[in-house]
Amino acid sequence: MIVVILLLASIAFQWAKHRAISLVGGTRGIRNLHSLPAYYGMYVALWCALPALAVLGVWHLFGDRVVIGMVLAQMPLAFQNLPADQAGLLLNDLRNVVAGAIPMDTVRPEIVAAAHHWQQLNAQSAVAGGLLALSVAIIVGVLALRTVRSDLRARNRVEKMAEWALLASSGIAVLTTVGILASVLYEAIHFFHFVSPIDFLFGTTWSPQMAMRDDQVGSSGAFGAVPLFAGTLLIALIALVVSVPVGLFSAIFLAEYAVRSVRTVIKPLLEILAGIPTVVYGFFAALTVGPLLRDFGVSVGLTVASESALSAGLVMGVMIIPFISSIADDMITAVPQSLRDGAYALGATRSETIRNVVLPAALPGIVGGVLLAASRAIGETMIVVMAAGLSANLTANPFQAVTTVTVQIATLLVGDSEFDSPKTLAAFALGLVLFFATLVLNVIALKVVRKYREQYD
Amino acid sequence: MTIEKHQHVVNISRGLVFNEGDQSLPGEAIETKTVGQVTVDSPVISARHVNVHYGEKQAIKDVSIDVAKNAVIAFIGPSGCGKSTFLRCLNRMNDTIANAKVSGSIRLDGSDIYDRSQDIVQLRARVGMVFQKPNPFPKSIYENVAYGPKIHGLAGNRADLDEIVQLSLRKAGLWEEVKDRLDNPGTGLSGGQQQRLCIARAIAVDPEVILMDEPCSALDPIATAKVEDLIDELRENYAIVIVTHNMQQAARVSQRTAYFHLGDLIEVGPTEQIFTNPRHRLTEDYITGRFG
Repeated sequence: MIVVILLLASIAFQWAKHRAISLVGGTRGIRNLHSLPAYYGMYVALWCALPALAVLGVWHLFGDRVVIGMVLAQMPLAFQNLPADQAGLLLNDLRNVVAGAIPMDTVRPEIVAAAHHWQQLNAQSAVAGGLLALSVAIIVGVLALRTVRSDLRARNRVEKMAEWALLASSGIAVLTTVGILASVLYEAIHFFHFVSPIDFLFGTTWSPQMAMRDDQVGSSGAFGAVPLFAGTLLIALIALVVSVPVGLFSAIFLAEYAVRSVRTVIKPLLEILAGIPTVVYGFFAALTVGPLLRDFGVSVGLTVASESALSAGLVMGVMIIPFISSIADDMITAVPQSLRDGAYALGATRSETIRNVVLPAALPGIVGGVLLAASRAIGETMIVVMAAGLSANLTANPFQAVTTVTVQIATLLVGDSEFDSPKTLAAFALGLVLFFATLVLNVIALKVVRKYREQYD
Repeated sequence: MTIEKHQHVVNISRGLVFNEGDQSLPGEAIETKTVGQVTVDSPVISARHVNVHYGEKQAIKDVSIDVAKNAVIAFIGPSGCGKSTFLRCLNRMNDTIANAKVSGSIRLDGSDIYDRSQDIVQLRARVGMVFQKPNPFPKSIYENVAYGPKIHGLAGNRADLDEIVQLSLRKAGLWEEVKDRLDNPGTGLSGGQQQRLCIARAIAVDPEVILMDEPCSALDPIATAKVEDLIDELRENYAIVIVTHNMQQAARVSQRTAYFHLGDLIEVGPTEQIFTNPRHRLTEDYITGRFG
């Protein structure tokens, strides 16, 4: 159906274009047209296609509901006055029969009849919707074609529509964010019916296992998220301690010291780091770095758990090096040569110039990059799951196992879960906190970067 | 530089040129040996037989010239004539340009600045530079001026540093305008103020020579007049080399003038003589506006 409408639109395009040309007496008169002929074509084609597509869309959205209503209305009375949950079951059965997932001969005759009725209605609905859309396309298209005159401001109108299309695309991204936030917020509020926000934000014990049935032996469930926040911060901090110096120094080397041939080799190699899947980093951390640290700990007399915050943090630090080095490199390269010349002309050495002039000028941009890397580190899950363990210890000791917000969200939602237990809903509350934390970091990063633009000039 | 001009360069080096600007016959030889007095008594800088190559291209051809103490010398000439390149040789700023090769000798108070033993940091402390576009660091006004003395360890304590900053800003004629806002960023000043800040920054390290590469080309006439007055005052303490496209400016601020043409130093002489009675035809053509 959509193909047919698009075909119609393209016919309308050609038609309107020719009509526009013939209106002014052939190609010679084009300058008497307000817009180029293609704009007239586009104008009519859009009028032809868009309303028809809209009709089709609306039909698909609501047609199904109307059909269901009609099917139910035709069924015996006994089926119409069922309680809500049984009605839902019935509807599911019906749907499956219609889709062919359940053979017709295994269900009750009433249902078979209803299913036939449904199929019939579906076919009718598809035909009716198609015909309606087609007629809308033709009628509106012809009306639009009749408005084509030499002084029709077709270009302006088409461009206006393009503007709307652009707005709509940016709207999709924003709406998605709003939608995610709303769903998380909704479930989180639900969670806070069970656990008070104060207990959640300031409690120091995290043990989300709940007794699912009354006779089950289980802990009462404690939802103090402080150990998770602490674990997240600890790992992110270790990651930053690793990645900021390494990333920054490699950026300085690449931007200021490396000759071009070295730079063209090293830069892509560094950026490959960003392309490694986090799962791979995860097992690298769990299987290589973790045991290595434990053995090293034994040799110097320290107790290092084989799943430790340190191994996860170190590997995560390596993972975010390219974020920092790449942004810092761009920022350092963007510092104007005239500033460097000014410092050199005063007798500054290369390192003095970099330390005192180039880095301060690039600093806000670099900070922006670091904050972006930090929000990435806070949101990282896979490495921590594999390398830092699941136990919610409240500790500042990097040699112990800790867990993070994202890991707990993952474990809480994996497997069978019911959506009215605080255990599951806690994931949404954690997600909400995480969302705000990274949002704040991103806002700060953006602010800093924006300030940077005003720096020199 | 276009290919056409490049060929022109080759012609000159053979001593043969047909210049579009004058009405002489094609093929007439034009002497490119420097006319006028290149030496002075007790020069602070003396350059001899300097050649600069950018890769294959020769930008400076066998230039010899002295820079006198307590005087302003102006380098004039059409675009691409090598005057900025030569200026940048005097404090080895060309070192930062890959594939630039300098030969010949440039002596600062008798010692060769391209000698192996010459430390580039010390050289640039003695030969300061002001650029075409004001380039204050994105730091406070105070920090801009204090930067040079800091890296060279010229000030023992904060009080000394304060004094150097104040003195330099006074010499640059900027003190009265900025004394109440030394902590504001230098980039917030107007273009003319920024350029005077850059001059203050250069004189804060107490150099012997100040190189100025078209210091007024980004400034309006009022700011230009201020900078020109400043140059005249600075002459008391420093030797100044200024590259300019503005011939009135050269006439106003300098005592000696050197005319460069396509990498050759054509004529050197007292500014008054160059502008009133040039001895080389190329100089005369340029001064009278026949080309350039």
